[in-house]
Amino acid sequence: MNSRLVKNSIRFILLVLLQVLLFSNMHLWGYVTLYPYLLFLLLLRYDINKTNLLLIGFFTGLTIDFFQNTMGMQAAASTLLVFARPAVLNFYFKKMEFAPREEPGISKLGFTGFLKYATTLVFIHNLLLFFLEAFSFHNFFATLERVLINTVSTVILIMILEMLFSKKKKSL
Amino acid sequence: MQNLLLFIRKHWFVVLFLLLETGSFVMVANSYSYHRSLAFNTVNDFTGGIFSTFANITDYFALKPANEKLQKQNTELLNSCPGSFLTTDTGFVYRDTLYKYVPGHVVSISVNHPSNYIMINKGSLHGIKKEMGVISGSGVAGIIIGVSKHYSLAMSLLHHNTRISGRIKKNGMLVNIIWDTGDYRFGNIQDVPSHVELYPGDTIVTSGKSMIFPEGLVIGFVESSTENPNIDFKKGIIRFATDFKSLQNVYIIENLMKDEQQNLLKQNDE
Repeated sequence: MNSRLVKNSIRFILLVLLQVLLFSNMHLWGYVTLYPYLLFLLLLRYDINKTNLLLIGFFTGLTIDFFQNTMGMQAAASTLLVFARPAVLNFYFKKMEFAPREEPGISKLGFTGFLKYATTLVFIHNLLLFFLEAFSFHNFFATLERVLINTVSTVILIMILEMLFSKKKKSL
Repeated sequence: MQNLLLFIRKHWFVVLFLLLETGSFVMVANSYSYHRSLAFNTVNDFTGGIFSTFANITDYFALKPANEKLQKQNTELLNSCPGSFLTTDTGFVYRDTLYKYVPGHVVSISVNHPSNYIMINKGSLHGIKKEMGVISGSGVAGIIIGVSKHYSLAMSLLHHNTRISGRIKKNGMLVNIIWDTGDYRFGNIQDVPSHVELYPGDTIVTSGKSMIFPEGLVIGFVESSTENPNIDFKKGIIRFATDFKSLQNVYIIENLMKDEQQNLLKQNDE
């Protein structure tokens, strides 16, 4: 239990620092911003208490907001992500057996399974984030295009990070 | 009442979700108002400390261009010193100080949001207050909206609430500068009377009417303008003199006569 808490805390701190120091300042092709910190929310254990899940999602988003001065935007988007998480897991992996406290990572869901899972949730997060940022449906298709490009790029980064992470786990 | 509690308990997941979302949306809505963003101040020494530690490392990569810029600015300052004028130049008048400049260093900056901010490593300890102007070596950069002990936060020109009063340098016409293009290099020029000629390359400077910026600081250069005979006012695109993407060193401007000016305005109201 304790080692799990330590592991999650380290993961949280590393991903938040990576996010606010590096990726929040990096804008690929001028307008694509990657959100690798979402990996932390994706990897929370499968059977986590739902209240905790929502609160962790909200406060993780708020931490990022705090650094980016985008008060509320990341909080709103990541709360929606964790809200949708149980339903998405249930939708894709209804038949899969999970051990208690198991993480829905790439080693459990497999490459395609994790890809589906990550893509769906990152898309939901980006969708709310970008429409909230634009604050209108004025340029609906332009915003939607941004959402799609951003989702694909973020998912690629998350897959790379997750493959590095899970490889390390096996060797230990 | 009991039924309500039962309902909440049964749908706790959804209820909590809606509560958290409402909280987030209230925060977003607050940040969309200029006056509330003045009151609602998210600067603090914790995030500032982390950013400046990181900036200490990354700054080394840009030392050379930063030095060149500083050198250029120093030359300009030296040129305007009384000592650098000929003694026979009796036209030089020494005026009482109106503005004080505090040098600062950018610890974090964004350019790709609809509202962008600059965090600077000078705070209330260094005499920084809200609504002071921020300039870079090349031009206007933003306005301070939040101050903590060691850091301050400025709303940059790239903010949908920023509205700077400017003047076309060659003929003194007043215009307003806003930003809604989404591109960090360009802003919009508004309220240009249609009889005024606006050519690419014209310089736009501050008007000095805002009590924030002194007169005559460069805001940017006209990139293009639109002709529309049906409308009384022309619009234009301005290329900002400040390069927000490479911004590192800034100066915060304190208007030493601001209190006096504001008191005068108040007297008039009474």
